Amino acid sequence: MPGLEDLYREIILDHYRTPRNRGELEPPAIKADGHNPLCGDDITVYLDLDTSAGTGDDAVIRDIKIGGQGCSISQSSASMMSQAMLGKSVGDVNARIRRFKTLMGIEGLDEIESDADIDLGDLEALQGVVKFPVRIKCAVLSWNTLAQALTQAE
Amino acid sequence: MAFDQDAINEQFPILSREIDGAPLVYLDSGNTSQKPRRVIDAMSSFMENTYAPINRSSYRLAGEATDAYEQGRIAIARLVNASSPDEVVFTKNATESMNLIAMAWGRANLDKGDVVVLTEMEHHANIVPWMMLVQERGIQIRWVPLTADGQLDLTDIDTILDGAKVFSFTAMSNVLGTITPITLLCNKARAAGALAVVDACQFVPHNVTDVQSWNADLVAFSSHKMCGPSGIGMLWGRMEILDAMPPFLGGGNMIDTVTFDGFTTAPVPAKFEAGTPPIVEAVGLAAAVEFLESVGMANIRQHEMDLSRYTLDTLNERFGDDITIYGPANVEQRGGVFSFAFRDLHPHDVSQVLDERNVCVRAGHHCAKPLMKTLGVNATTRASVYLYNTTDDIDALADALDSATDIFGF
Repeated sequence: MPGLEDLYREIILDHYRTPRNRGELEPPAIKADGHNPLCGDDITVYLDLDTSAGTGDDAVIRDIKIGGQGCSISQSSASMMSQAMLGKSVGDVNARIRRFKTLMGIEGLDEIESDADIDLGDLEALQGVVKFPVRIKCAVLSWNTLAQALTQAE
Repeated sequence: MAFDQDAINEQFPILSREIDGAPLVYLDSGNTSQKPRRVIDAMSSFMENTYAPINRSSYRLAGEATDAYEQGRIAIARLVNASSPDEVVFTKNATESMNLIAMAWGRANLDKGDVVVLTEMEHHANIVPWMMLVQERGIQIRWVPLTADGQLDLTDIDTILDGAKVFSFTAMSNVLGTITPITLLCNKARAAGALAVVDACQFVPHNVTDVQSWNADLVAFSSHKMCGPSGIGMLWGRMEILDAMPPFLGGGNMIDTVTFDGFTTAPVPAKFEAGTPPIVEAVGLAAAVEFLESVGMANIRQHEMDLSRYTLDTLNERFGDDITIYGPANVEQRGGVFSFAFRDLHPHDVSQVLDERNVCVRAGHHCAKPLMKTLGVNATTRASVYLYNTTDDIDALADALDSATDIFGF
């Protein structure tokens, strides 16, 4: 059995204890709710998109806030995700969502070759989750919710 | 009969399994129970020697298989003191039994504005089927609230039941462990002219059950929580209620005759058993009932009350304000199901740390999301015991909880 130290890396516990970008954004910011029906956890992602430089893939994430509650894995994943996405274009964000899901061992994505070069930074600490398959859903909850928010923006 | 712990535990092969060189500490029997050797053997032996269709073919083997299947029904009738085995209907699980009630009885008897009364501590299986009738028929649901210590608040029960068509409640909460005053509630339901439905899924495996003395109309429970196999559940009903109900699923076995113009139904219980039923599972279930009877349901209840007292005392003494155990503190009023909050740790993280020491518990909403809202939490960690659990298992749980502090540093 893989050790708990593979799962509960210090950077993960740090984001769990001190989550970044917690809060809400008022409309017209986009709001998307995600649920894990197995455990009852919920995550809300608020997105403020800057479309002054372009729309679609060229829109930029001006602000992002995270609400809801969950375990250390879902909360730290959401916190690190929010940090990594701030200031990125929607195109870059979508590439990072694909990259992260690949990191989590989720197959069947139409991953683009250039995605493999993306450095997810602190988020790479979450790759230990793959050794604990029941926790993968926790790690990707905020990412699916972010993807849903971007779909709402279209 | 004496309760011989070693003799009981020797009958469960899985309890001698080790993971990573350490023994299994199974504290998730409220979810599903482990299986004794005689259940496993009865099912293999039946498949090796006797397996054939039931109720259909006239050769001797099929007759033997039919008899074996019916032994399951006879055993269940004996276990819950039904007045006849014909009052026992086999389903897929207790959830299907609840759906059968809502869809067959409900569709025949409930219309727009009719009231179904539930309690705030119900499992989704006793909520969602009725909510489906809210969507389909426009019926209304009223909720019996809870007291601060997780019992039913019966202050306004007569008002809540006034004019209700159904009162459907749990005999024992799968989250709080609370045992409800079943007979009182059935009497109140029937006095109000409501159908008395009991979700006895958590109760039957752990207690002496007497559906007749309860004065219930319909009772749902399952095999897999009482040492029997998964894949078979039970609905007991008073014959006049079952007899008046339309069928639920249509198909083979449930008909009297079918013509180009229509069909007539078989008598109860076949009326509710469309298609090939869980035959092997009924055989395993009969063996499970015989096993439980050999130990004695009253002895099992006593063992679990003793273990519950030990669990509450141990966890409260060792962790004090760091642990909140939901539900009644009095073991006379509860079964061996312990949902708790531990420090500020999320239940998923608690169960992950416990799993490191092979301690198996459930973390989540336990299919009771409305109750989670009443408790003001998203999820809890739940340890639940059965006849094979001992004080050693509870000590292992407490030791493992201690180790969670080291990792998270709260």
